Amino acid sequence: MKIDKDTLHKLAHLARLELREEDGPGMMKDLEEILTWVEQLNEIDTEGVEPITNMSFETNVFRSDEVKNQLPHDSALKNAPKKDEGFFRVPKFLD
Amino acid sequence: MKRFRSFAQIQKSLNEKNASCLDVVNYYLAQINQRKHLNAFLEVFDQEAKDRAVQIDQKIQAGKAGRLAGMVVGLKDVFCYQGHKLQAASKILEDFESQFTATCVQRLLDEDAIIIGRLNCDEFAMGSSNENSAFGPVLNAENENRVPGGSSGGSAVAVQANLCTVALGSDTGGSIRQPAAFCGVIGIKPTYSRVSRYGLLAYASSFDTIGVFSNTIEDNALALEIMAGKDDFDSTVSSRPVPEYHKKLGFEGKAKIAYLKETLESEGLNDEVRQNFIDTIDRLKEEGHEVEAVDFPLLKYALPTYYILITAESSSNLSRYDGVRYGYRSPNTLNMESMYKKSRSEGFGEEVQRRIMLGTFVLSASYYDAFYTKAQKVRRLIKNKVQDLLETHGFLVMPTTPTTAFELGSHTQNPLEMYLADLFTVQASVAGVPSISIPNGKDSDGMPFGLQIMANFFEEEKLYAFSNTMLK
Repeated sequence: MKIDKDTLHKLAHLARLELREEDGPGMMKDLEEILTWVEQLNEIDTEGVEPITNMSFETNVFRSDEVKNQLPHDSALKNAPKKDEGFFRVPKFLD
Repeated sequence: MKRFRSFAQIQKSLNEKNASCLDVVNYYLAQINQRKHLNAFLEVFDQEAKDRAVQIDQKIQAGKAGRLAGMVVGLKDVFCYQGHKLQAASKILEDFESQFTATCVQRLLDEDAIIIGRLNCDEFAMGSSNENSAFGPVLNAENENRVPGGSSGGSAVAVQANLCTVALGSDTGGSIRQPAAFCGVIGIKPTYSRVSRYGLLAYASSFDTIGVFSNTIEDNALALEIMAGKDDFDSTVSSRPVPEYHKKLGFEGKAKIAYLKETLESEGLNDEVRQNFIDTIDRLKEEGHEVEAVDFPLLKYALPTYYILITAESSSNLSRYDGVRYGYRSPNTLNMESMYKKSRSEGFGEEVQRRIMLGTFVLSASYYDAFYTKAQKVRRLIKNKVQDLLETHGFLVMPTTPTTAFELGSHTQNPLEMYLADLFTVQASVAGVPSISIPNGKDSDGMPFGLQIMANFFEEEKLYAFSNTMLK
């Protein structure tokens, strides 16, 4: 599996990561090697096999729609890197 | 001072009034202090543990103590414990304080266990040597130039070096069993969904399990039976009743045991580990068990299947660390996008970023089917085969790891090389079946071997009983 520079930057953007210029080649090499290694799964015939999407044995776990176990407002804000009296603060994103 | 290696010893001392809970806590605090350089603990709740010990001593006097009174527990740094810091050994959760308590931790507290501190691990539980921690590696107490294994390296060493009675860990692909093997202690990964994941930092949700490190099977079984079972806060957790594991620790009769031919033929298998395993098979036969070599050609595909699925799930789970609601926010940001990107790039370590990138790749529109869906299909095949095998055979045994504990720094250059440390542990994780690692002798350098034993879904009881017999 070849990963070019464009793909690498596209992936980093999708993952909201910012790769340093000097880390680019190393990351590209690691991704290529690992993806080439996982491609060995193509040796297995999976025709007609249903992909598994859930490992739990429970089905339809229902509970009544009651409000419980809430996090109080100040607890929810406690760990915020930036906040005011009632809200999380983030940089301006609308002009 | 009295030494304590198991909860049974502690209980005996408490019953005979030779020691109080406070003495027990003081013993462990002294041990922790003496072995600080192992770097197992990220934080010790010393005063709090002492205060709680005094309260529990009073409860004992009043005859109102819970089943774990006197048990001192260490928590891998991935469990929420209200009012306490939690960091997943990552810079991105700097100064984070849990606002609630994980179900498994709460259940131990409800039975009067004493939590003594937070244990070092690989960042976000991603690693096999505990060298990916933002707080530096943990040292193996058997030989301080060797790794303790990972990701729950701190938990393994804490039990190995007698820094607590039992330690909690999480196991996604081997993160309890592999370090347990490297450190010569017992570590169980229960059946997927046996223990509620509420309050466990999510890594790969369809693989994550919570388990126990201990020096004795009895302690392990008791802690697990208290933590396991139905919970309103995790809709995937099993509603099956939990047996009293610790009461049935004698295995009777002869077992039908399988081992995989492919294990012995594995390229990365160290010669001494191979010989140790062959000796174990001989011993099982001598003891009258029926041991059979079976083919499992899918074995070598378990690891790549695992890496596709866990990177996908972790890239999704770790998207929550965005610098908005908690954790680290980069000071160098001008707008939302650069805030996300800089906070995440400055906050996450290298291996975490590599896995997020891989996961993003396998989930991207053009590659989703070829990688992610393909791996989900192979996972079903592996799961079915493992289940079939464990229906005809009571147990599946193999070495826990292809080598014993390796030197610090020896596998940090090539990520693939490090991934191979999980070669034998991922199979149970991919299938979801319970699996335990027990100490099984030492190599010529004095490093412990681990024997891994698997049983079918929800057969922890049998697994404990058989392991206990093996250790006698």
